[in-house]
Amino acid sequence: MIRFLLKGIIRDRSRSFFPGIIVSTGVFITVVMYCWVQGIFNDMFSVTARFQTGHVKVVTRAYHEEEKRLPNDLALLQSDSLSAALQQQYPQIIWKERIRFAGLLDVPDENGETRVQGPVFGMALNLLTRDAFDRKILDLEMTLTAGHMPDNTGEILITEQFAGRLNIQPGDTVTFMGMTMYGSMVMQNLRISGTVKFGISTMDRSTIIVDIETAREMLDMQNAAGEIVGFFRDFIYRNETAADLAGEFNRNYSHSGDEFAPTMLTLVDQGGLREIMSYTRTMMAVMIVIFMFILSVILWNTGLIGGIRRYREIGIRLAMGEPKDKLYFTMIGEAALIGLFGSAIGTVLGLLVAWYLQRYGVDLTGVMKNVNVLLANKLRAQITPVSYFVGFIPGMFAIILGTALSGLGIYKRSTASLFKEFEE
Amino acid sequence: MENKIVELQQVDKAYRMGRHEFLALKKVNLVIEKGEFCGLVGPSGSGKTTLLNIVGTLDTPTAGRAMVLNHGLENLTHRQAARLRSRYIGFIFQTFNLLPVYTVYENVEFPLLLLGRPEPERHKMVMEALESVHLLDKLDNRPAQLSGGESQRVAIARSIVKKPQLVLADEPTANLDAENSHHILRIMRELNSRYNITFLFSTHDEKVISYLRRKISLVDGRIVSDEHLRPEENHATASDL
Ligand SMILES: Nc1ncnc2c1ncn2[C@@H]1O[C@H](COP(=O)(O)OP(=O)(O)OP(=O)(O)O)[C@@H](O)[C@H]1O
Ligand SMILES: [Mg+2]
Repeated sequence: MIRFLLKGIIRDRSRSFFPGIIVSTGVFITVVMYCWVQGIFNDMFSVTARFQTGHVKVVTRAYHEEEKRLPNDLALLQSDSLSAALQQQYPQIIWKERIRFAGLLDVPDENGETRVQGPVFGMALNLLTRDAFDRKILDLEMTLTAGHMPDNTGEILITEQFAGRLNIQPGDTVTFMGMTMYGSMVMQNLRISGTVKFGISTMDRSTIIVDIETAREMLDMQNAAGEIVGFFRDFIYRNETAADLAGEFNRNYSHSGDEFAPTMLTLVDQGGLREIMSYTRTMMAVMIVIFMFILSVILWNTGLIGGIRRYREIGIRLAMGEPKDKLYFTMIGEAALIGLFGSAIGTVLGLLVAWYLQRYGVDLTGVMKNVNVLLANKLRAQITPVSYFVGFIPGMFAIILGTALSGLGIYKRSTASLFKEFEE
Repeated sequence: MENKIVELQQVDKAYRMGRHEFLALKKVNLVIEKGEFCGLVGPSGSGKTTLLNIVGTLDTPTAGRAMVLNHGLENLTHRQAARLRSRYIGFIFQTFNLLPVYTVYENVEFPLLLLGRPEPERHKMVMEALESVHLLDKLDNRPAQLSGGESQRVAIARSIVKKPQLVLADEPTANLDAENSHHILRIMRELNSRYNITFLFSTHDEKVISYLRRKISLVDGRIVSDEHLRPEENHATASDL
């Protein structure tokens, strides 16, 4: 009987073709969309973690509350002993002190007068040792477009785009103007050793990368750090683990009264990522469900049309004594089979496209010019284990639901009119 | 009596037409015994199809008692009726109604698939059925590649392949020319005598009537005469062709 039905499906192309196409298209779109969103997330998380938040981060409570203005007056003191303690207590994580700061960058002409000036965002981290972890985490060697890595204090990297705007190159000297940790003015000459390009609009606009000791001296932050960021050793963010660590740390260290007490934040605690993440997850789920129902309705209609085309066949089978239940379930069985193929094809095609998007990405530099989220200019999809069934299951569900609805007509069919129907 | 295939007692069939009821069958009494070759004859609208529907368990009477193959139709569920049909009753329709995506062989095989017969047995029965309608050379043809007469012969093969007790045919020759009509009638009579399958036709075709051994005349939903005939000698059986 199954062979018999299979023959029917294979020979009558319109029985299998349209539902199959519809299912595989739907599944295809779902898979690509899912991998795409997943990839953007992954990218956003990874970029944000590397440049801004770490997988976890320790700051003072007050600093956290005003983080937007980079309040180094609220920095962690005795940061070296704190980071040593963290390293000892949480060896599964690599802890690094960082300072982020803002100010003006002034480029003098030959006479020492201001030629150009622009606001600057500075990131200070451990740069000087060749195998420094931060060099690797930010991929600095790879992003270097001219000059060399800083060798001495007082040397900095500047983004290529910023350097172009200020019309300066490696070897030139610029003046940083800003505030120390204690609120007094700073003017410090810095030598540009090289230019970098991150491929992240927000970062590339006007950033300098400074060795942390240079920054400490400049900003009067001896033995202090704005933040201590931590990374899982394999660089895979695990939200539950991070949340557990932060919870434990905060129970031990964050005394409720002290606004300078260190507090640990996870990646998703920062920059509104948690909201973005849960919002997007919900949206994805809602979209997939809506999509599934649209697909079901389309397939329901396709099923109805198929039912009209097969009206006679169904009649003959009823007359010959095939029970209605059996007929109904063979219809659903056929649909499931078509759905299986359609979903499989849709999934395979979707994964292929997703794989392409994962490998090569889509360059959105133009679009990203005004984007203020930390996101690479080249967006990539990401294939996760979920990708394999995120379209498959809704696809199967949709075709079975659609067929189950359209097939209900079988139960309304009266056998009493069969002879009449077959007179024409 | 063991040999009663069909027994109708005082059977009425009423169709509801809005507020009125229309009696398509009125107090019909009929007994058909195993091996009969009989026809329902009567003008259009006399109730022939209605009666076939009831005998074929496709519909139920509104009054009276109907026994088909020892089952009372009054308390037969849809499922039981379907099983009765699939095991013991074959149908031949006015239009041939083969399944278009399947070959001749597969069309004839279908009733056996429904019964879950094993493959070697199916093959033997299908070949035998196709042989008896002289279609062994068209096994792999699709219905679209057959003439009307050939199609109806496939339909006959399909109706008898499971060796049913009863074959019902509603105007089986209405869409055929004279030559094909004679051909299939000879085949059916041959099957009737070879396998002792009971045939019940509805018809107003004189050619069919000349083959009948029993002619049941209906007028306005009533049986007005019921005669046993001697089929004319000039109709040779299929084996002579
Ligand atoms: N479903 C129905 N609803 C109402 N009336 C019906 C229905 N089916 C049949 N009838 C009526 O019952 C009567 C008998 O119909 P039936 O189809 O049995 O006639 P018939 O003898 O087969 O005619 P024909 O030779 O034209 O096929 C007709 O008057 C017909 O109009
Ligand atoms: Mg009729």
